Amino acid sequence: MAKEVTGTTWTVYDANTMTQAEIYGSVLCELGEKYPKIVGLSADLAKSTKIGVFGDKFPDRFFNVGIAEQNMFGVAAGLAKSGLLPFVSTMAAFTAMRGLEQVRTDICYQNLNVKIIATHGGVSFGAAGTTHHCTEDISIMRSIANMTVIVPADGIETACAVRAAVEWPGPVYIRIGRGFEPTYYQSEDYGFRIGKAQTISEGTDITLICCGITVLQAAEAAKMLKEQDGLSVRVLNMHTIKPLDEEAIMKAVLETRRIITFEDHNIFGGLGSAVADVIAKSGKGCAFEKAGIPDCYCVVGYPEDLYCHYGLDCDSIVNKVREVMGRDFEEDESWEDEV
Amino acid sequence: MPITESEIIKLKEQAKSIRHDIIDTTVWSGGAHIGGALSMVEIMTILYFKYLNIKPEEPHWEERDRVVLSKGHGGVGYAPVLSARGYFPKDELKEFNHFMSNFGMHLDSLKVKGVDVSTGSLGHGLPMAVGLALGARLQNKSWKTYCILGDGECNEGSVWEAAMSAAHFKVTNLITFVDRNKMMIDGRTEEVMALEPFADKWKAFGFIVKEIDGHDFKALSEAIDYAHSETKAPVLILCNTKKGRGVDFMEDQVKWHYGSIDSDLAAKAHESVNRG
Ligand SMILES: Cc1ncc(C[n+]2csc(CCOP(=O)(O)OP(=O)(O)O)c2C)c(N)n1
Repeated sequence: MAKEVTGTTWTVYDANTMTQAEIYGSVLCELGEKYPKIVGLSADLAKSTKIGVFGDKFPDRFFNVGIAEQNMFGVAAGLAKSGLLPFVSTMAAFTAMRGLEQVRTDICYQNLNVKIIATHGGVSFGAAGTTHHCTEDISIMRSIANMTVIVPADGIETACAVRAAVEWPGPVYIRIGRGFEPTYYQSEDYGFRIGKAQTISEGTDITLICCGITVLQAAEAAKMLKEQDGLSVRVLNMHTIKPLDEEAIMKAVLETRRIITFEDHNIFGGLGSAVADVIAKSGKGCAFEKAGIPDCYCVVGYPEDLYCHYGLDCDSIVNKVREVMGRDFEEDESWEDEV
Repeated sequence: MPITESEIIKLKEQAKSIRHDIIDTTVWSGGAHIGGALSMVEIMTILYFKYLNIKPEEPHWEERDRVVLSKGHGGVGYAPVLSARGYFPKDELKEFNHFMSNFGMHLDSLKVKGVDVSTGSLGHGLPMAVGLALGARLQNKSWKTYCILGDGECNEGSVWEAAMSAAHFKVTNLITFVDRNKMMIDGRTEEVMALEPFADKWKAFGFIVKEIDGHDFKALSEAIDYAHSETKAPVLILCNTKKGRGVDFMEDQVKWHYGSIDSDLAAKAHESVNRG
């Protein structure tokens, strides 16, 4: 029979492993059993975001509002006010931009317990073009008071984040990708905690601070750099952008004195900017670079190609590290004379 | 001018050829919104091959009519029409969705010749079309603006905000179509989020509604002629269509909203179009 591949998520057939969104869907079903207050909402993307499996299991607790994101976030706010625990899913672009005022004013201003899982973040829906990319959401969401912002590294970490969000008070924004982002973690028992960076590898020469798809790439890059250049590269999975693990960042500043951030996001306002805030406030010197989408509308293409194009794949990370290591940075042992 | 029989025969041939191009482009692209592309073929064909006052060799010609494909995911149905009308060679469609291509699933007005407005996020097209039409009126320009909406898209509040303003400002140099294929992504419109009584909603918002068979060139032509002559209120042409129209195994199948096809399936699709 001819091969048919339909649905808006990558490949529906030939899936050996579950996608990030699929894992999210099944975890939410599991949580739905345990927490009768959980309700689900989507806006004609129940299938693509995988929240639909929750709807199949709990049809009375699921509302597909049609293609009407602003209404959806308003309805979620109302459901939360009534005492329920809404999980809301649509694409990141239609969350952080189309539904933004409802997210900020209806949900966050009133500090409501609404959990948002935004799919197709960054340029993960590459071929769809700019209308379906979202390289602004981390920046937008972290500037909204009361909001917690999480960018999981993969499907396993998405599962951890979704579970943690249930018990975490107030609004939470979890940003995931579209489809077959490869996994870094093998199982959920590695000690995920909201607001606490995960050390992927220890190192003393330089620190790579990552979130989302760049975690796996940086982990691989660190291994290559150790073998080929004898470099000791620290890799931090900064899955929670807000509240930010400032302690882990300052430790990296003091111990490695060189930091590069990698994110599938505009270089303005996202993870890199959040890290830069911490460094600037400390008054400590540090070689610093932000890698991401360089303040432009991303070209069209499949995400793997786009990640290479914008320097977020393993080889580009290796090259970036070599560049920053070669940079003439004043390694002043003592900071006594600095402010 | 009433449409002639020979015009209809030509348009039917053209529509067939566009459907073949949509199938090919879907194969080249690796995946595209083929269902909603096939349902709007007659609307796009009659606009581009009978009505629009355009100069493909001069895409930015000031006096041209403007088109806003508000259901921007129909890009795989729009680009082949533009190509057939002479904006760019068909070969360029082979790059659809590919790395660094000018063509993504949702067409970019800064990259694709003939595209007046970038769309893809639903509910943005009609407001921009109202703006274009108001702009033409204010500057005493005779060009018209044509806007094509999806029916699922009409869930968006912004569509109705624009509708209200089009009627309020009596924007009669705007001709709006809804591709009423009765489907969206998660299912049938009436099951996911009911639109009916749909024509009455548009009427209540101040539009004159012409409800027609959106695959019938004669009906389309009469409705467009009527819209051109109407000066009191904006006209909505409610086009009853079938998603996946022309490819038997895709017709009225929700799963073909978005899909990819290999060469075997493409051959079957081409055969189906040929059987007509
Ligand atoms: C604001 C926004 N929300 C969600 C989507 C995702 N989306 C793309 S197509 C589609 C369904 C569109 O249905 P309809 O307007 O009926 O188009 P058609 O059936 O003609 O393809 C959705 C929900 C989008 N593009 N924009």
